[in-house]
Amino acid sequence: MIQLIVKLSRQLGKYKKQVYIAWVYVFIETICEIFIPTLTGWLVNVLKGETVTFFSDNLVIWGPTTDIVLSHVVILGVVMIITAAIAVLTGIGAGFAAAEASAGIGHNIRKAMFYKIQDYSFNNIDKFSTSSIVTRMTTDVTNVQFAYQMTIRALLRSPLMLIFAMVVAFTKSWQLATIFVVMVPFVGFFLFFIANKVHPVFVEIFNKYDGLNQEVQEDIAGIRAVKAFGRQEQQNSKFRSVSEYIFKKFVHNERIIAFNNPLLQVLSYGASLMICYLGAYLIKTYGTSYLSTGDLTSLLTYILMIMMSLFLLSMVYVQCIIARNSGERIIEILEEEPDIKNCDEPVMNVESGTVDFENVTFAYKSNIEHKVLKHINLHIPSGSTVGIVGSTGSSKSTLLSMIARLYDAEEGVVKVGGVDVRDYDIKTLRDSVSVVLQKNVLFSGTIKANLLWGNENATDEEIKRACDMACASEFIERFPDKYETILDEGGTNVSGGQKQRLCIARALLKNPKILILDDSTSAVDTHTDATIRGYLKNERPDVTKFIVAERVLSVKDCDTILVMDDGEIVNQGTHEELINSSEIYADLVKTQMGGGDFDATK
Amino acid sequence: MPPSKLSNARVGKVSKEARNHAIKRIFAYEIKYYPFEFFASIFCVIGSCIAQVMSNYFVGMVFVNEILTPLKDNPLMGDEIMKKMGMWAIIMGSVYVFGIICIYFYNFLMCKCAQGTQKRIRDELFEHMQTLPLSYFDTRTRGDLMSIYTNDVDTLREAMSRSWPMVVNCAFSILTVTIVMFITNWIFALLVIALTIPMFFFTKGVTKRSGKHFVQQQIALGKTNGYVEEMINGQRVVKVFNHEQKSVEGFDKLNDALCYESTKANKFANTLMPVVNQAGNLQYIILGLIAAVLLTFKSSLGPMADMFDVGVIVTFLMLSKSFTNPIGNLAQQTNAIVMALAGAARIFELTDTPSEVDEGYVTLVNAKEDENGNPIEVEERTGKWAWKHPHENGEVSYTWLKGKIDFYDVDFGYVPEKIVLHNISLYAQPGQKVAFVGPTGAGKTTITNLINRFYDIADGKVRYDDININKIKKYDLRRSLGMVLQDTELFTGTVKDNIRFGKLDATDEEIIEAAKLANAHRFISNLPNGYDTMLEKAGTNLSQGQRQLIAIARAAIANPPVMILDEATSSIDSRTEEMVQKGMDAIMKGRTVFVIAHRLSTVKNSDVIMVLDQGRIIERGSHDELIAQGGKYYQLYTGNAMKD
Repeated sequence: MIQLIVKLSRQLGKYKKQVYIAWVYVFIETICEIFIPTLTGWLVNVLKGETVTFFSDNLVIWGPTTDIVLSHVVILGVVMIITAAIAVLTGIGAGFAAAEASAGIGHNIRKAMFYKIQDYSFNNIDKFSTSSIVTRMTTDVTNVQFAYQMTIRALLRSPLMLIFAMVVAFTKSWQLATIFVVMVPFVGFFLFFIANKVHPVFVEIFNKYDGLNQEVQEDIAGIRAVKAFGRQEQQNSKFRSVSEYIFKKFVHNERIIAFNNPLLQVLSYGASLMICYLGAYLIKTYGTSYLSTGDLTSLLTYILMIMMSLFLLSMVYVQCIIARNSGERIIEILEEEPDIKNCDEPVMNVESGTVDFENVTFAYKSNIEHKVLKHINLHIPSGSTVGIVGSTGSSKSTLLSMIARLYDAEEGVVKVGGVDVRDYDIKTLRDSVSVVLQKNVLFSGTIKANLLWGNENATDEEIKRACDMACASEFIERFPDKYETILDEGGTNVSGGQKQRLCIARALLKNPKILILDDSTSAVDTHTDATIRGYLKNERPDVTKFIVAERVLSVKDCDTILVMDDGEIVNQGTHEELINSSEIYADLVKTQMGGGDFDATK
Repeated sequence: MPPSKLSNARVGKVSKEARNHAIKRIFAYEIKYYPFEFFASIFCVIGSCIAQVMSNYFVGMVFVNEILTPLKDNPLMGDEIMKKMGMWAIIMGSVYVFGIICIYFYNFLMCKCAQGTQKRIRDELFEHMQTLPLSYFDTRTRGDLMSIYTNDVDTLREAMSRSWPMVVNCAFSILTVTIVMFITNWIFALLVIALTIPMFFFTKGVTKRSGKHFVQQQIALGKTNGYVEEMINGQRVVKVFNHEQKSVEGFDKLNDALCYESTKANKFANTLMPVVNQAGNLQYIILGLIAAVLLTFKSSLGPMADMFDVGVIVTFLMLSKSFTNPIGNLAQQTNAIVMALAGAARIFELTDTPSEVDEGYVTLVNAKEDENGNPIEVEERTGKWAWKHPHENGEVSYTWLKGKIDFYDVDFGYVPEKIVLHNISLYAQPGQKVAFVGPTGAGKTTITNLINRFYDIADGKVRYDDININKIKKYDLRRSLGMVLQDTELFTGTVKDNIRFGKLDATDEEIIEAAKLANAHRFISNLPNGYDTMLEKAGTNLSQGQRQLIAIARAAIANPPVMILDEATSSIDSRTEEMVQKGMDAIMKGRTVFVIAHRLSTVKNSDVIMVLDQGRIIERGSHDELIAQGGKYYQLYTGNAMKD
């Protein structure tokens, strides 16, 4: 836990100062606040004409009087106002500093995570999964920030208050202070006991909650199926049973939590009654001067202060347990080492688009035993077009992702332009190798802004050219806002085929030496698919092109076709050669024969 | 294509009336479903407030005045005074015990009441959502709908179980303290109230300002989270395009804005407590000073002199704390409550949206043949179905369920002002196969959505076995139609559960039968737990092809006479695709089928092909007829077929 706090606190950066400032303020504020009940006690003593002593019986400020001395009252009033003013100012100061520090640490943690993730390799991203990274960066950071905000002030204030109040109580009467010493640990123990008892149930409840929300999400997504099959009642009863369970657990927890307030009241009422009784008894036994009226009333106020600080401490405690898991998840992100980095003297230029695989073997980190590429050897001359076919899981995408160094080979060497990909500057390499990923994504913003990802300095002319080649300009031009059309997040307002064509255009704008189309035209009709391939062939003859496809049609005209199966290239050759030599390829051709595609896009 | 979704900005303003309405609704729920808990908890709150205020009164008026002062003035009376103290200790002890019991029960009862109400609201929310027409879902993003469950329901729960009890307690505290103050000393009471007024306005001002910034903070947080989500989801693309620097720049801007708003909001919020605390102390001081002056000149006050003694002052020192503290607490809860009410208003907006109307009265019943071959209704499952058609004169007629579907001049628009289907007429005899082909957006899916009345037609008529489908109960209409959609949505649960979704009382044998028919049995048997394999997160652990096979089995088990199929366009690997096609072909046999076709073989085997373009049927006929016609179909066919 402490290690965790230290690690997270490192993220404070320039806000560290604010934490110290907050602490200094809190310290002063607490002392002022502790002093005030004593002052009011003195005031009572002055009003009653009793002796006013400075904590110890030997330090008499004002002796007993028969009448009220107004000047004493005025002096006390001024001191009290000053004390209260200091308390208010330092309190606000502490509040400001704490606000700055906690917002600052949230800001810095978010920033550190985001920056770190930018350095992640595909391997690192695979390890966490995107949804888990998103949760860590949103909910978890918010939890930690909230806990920090509470802790900065309360962690110092509550124990200080507790200790000071006890100390002051002892100076007034050790017999009465003993009441605190007995009751505080007792109540404290129960408060923490309750917090520990209910916390795991809350964790369970919130997991169930996630499950419930998952159900709602599925229901919304599958609302057509639910309605088509008339299954509303079934969905309702499923929902109700989880909902009922959550309700029961909540009530169970509330039954326990409801003890918190009564427990604190036991302390407050019990202690005050005991102080009254014992106080009276002590005065009766040891004489009137033993304990002043003011001391007694101020002790009664201290009870409230102690009660409040105990309560706050237990709340802080709960907040910290909640934040602990979040903190751990954040640290995991920050401590993950990106496993693909530039070498010391990187090559800054890619000469040509030749691609070589020399005995390349690869396995994903998640399943290191299972080699997904086995001893791949391959030589592709610059400017050729390579088709890749094979069933799902035959590692077509994996093979191609090695070229842009999205993953590093476990064994063997991948070369681009005759140079080991690990010797290139990563940015240089990826600028020359343009990958259109299978699971491709467009971002919210205009079409143009999305295309500029490929080359931020591209002119309108170049953009138009790339879109022509990707057969995208025809539909873009039909949108009322053309290139300024705003895409929703994930590009959900364009059809699948349009999305794919935009992605191809974006990749072309990079002017790459190698272009990788990983199943990038699956939603494009066969006619357009052929047109795009034609353009690429004629207008970018020097670019080495890799085309992964399920359709035989898409790869049929390639210079060479690789047939992959289970991480190996089982056959290689032209369409004509493979029909005779490759059983897998021949099968593929057979099943697709006569299978046209009627999902033509206009 | 349905109209695009208008994402209602989450931070949309909720009017004051809507919030007031929401608060009334919530109370109505509490009183209706938890009357005992509701009233008992209020009774307990009052009990605990009385105990609290009595303790203040006791310390000043009894302990100081009746015990301490006499004890100091007449030390010889000690034993007698201690006896009195003992008696008071017993009285106050009982009051405290009563108060503590009240505190426990009001905390518990109020939370139970809140959780229960919350549960009801949540259940009703979900159940009502099920009844909403599809157009409701079309016009809202899933994210917006989900956030009602994840954000609004949650803030409401937090507010109801944490803030609400505090508010009630504070309100009653203020009330009882005010009463006791006036009983004890009305001059001081007025003084305390007068001193509290500036504090009240101060807290109100601070709450309002911080509330504004909290809203800004929420907006900034939403934007930052949205950006993070989008960028992290596209992180692989970011890497491939060397876009890291740009994406960091965008992030920094949002993150800085968030930090700014969050600092602002919390700064304001953090001033509240110190000010409220010290305002209490300031009152203390002023009361003390005034008391001192009054006591000094006691002799000149005349008859009012008796109103002021140290006991009164001590009592008021305590009472003023009990008076200001709840006001500070109330101020702190205001924002949470306003936010929760805004959420509640959004929840009620959904539950108040009118349900899908179903004015149908023709139902589907099990039937058997009488001697003339006409249907008679029976209780048990016979495998044969008939439409039960009650007439106005009380007679009931029965028609066999055959699967004949006719469209007469149907027009349709998702919104009335924009008609997307024009003059659609088509006639499908039982057992016939109708294929729809045409470009994306031609209206293929829309036609099928009219058959099962996901949407209602604007003009024309649709008849099912010669019954106007508006007369058929939607549940029964949809039961008689099987559907396999392109985007297959499965539900978390076992494979078996998912197939059983099509027929709730299906036996395990029937499930396996259906899976075999759909060509899904082989891959299911190969899953780690076969038919009992859990599908996590709506089946994302299966491939798309596998999900579709399960969906086919799900439709097959219901064994409906009419099937609506949407062939997959997205790429699944050839082996699975072949399996899916075989599955589709198998369940098409012997049924009336409407198929949105992408595959030549499906189209070729259809009895009739409808070529759609821009919401109109532009060509119809069999494959050979259409080829001979040499129109759009011919173009599509020749443009796409393999050339070798």
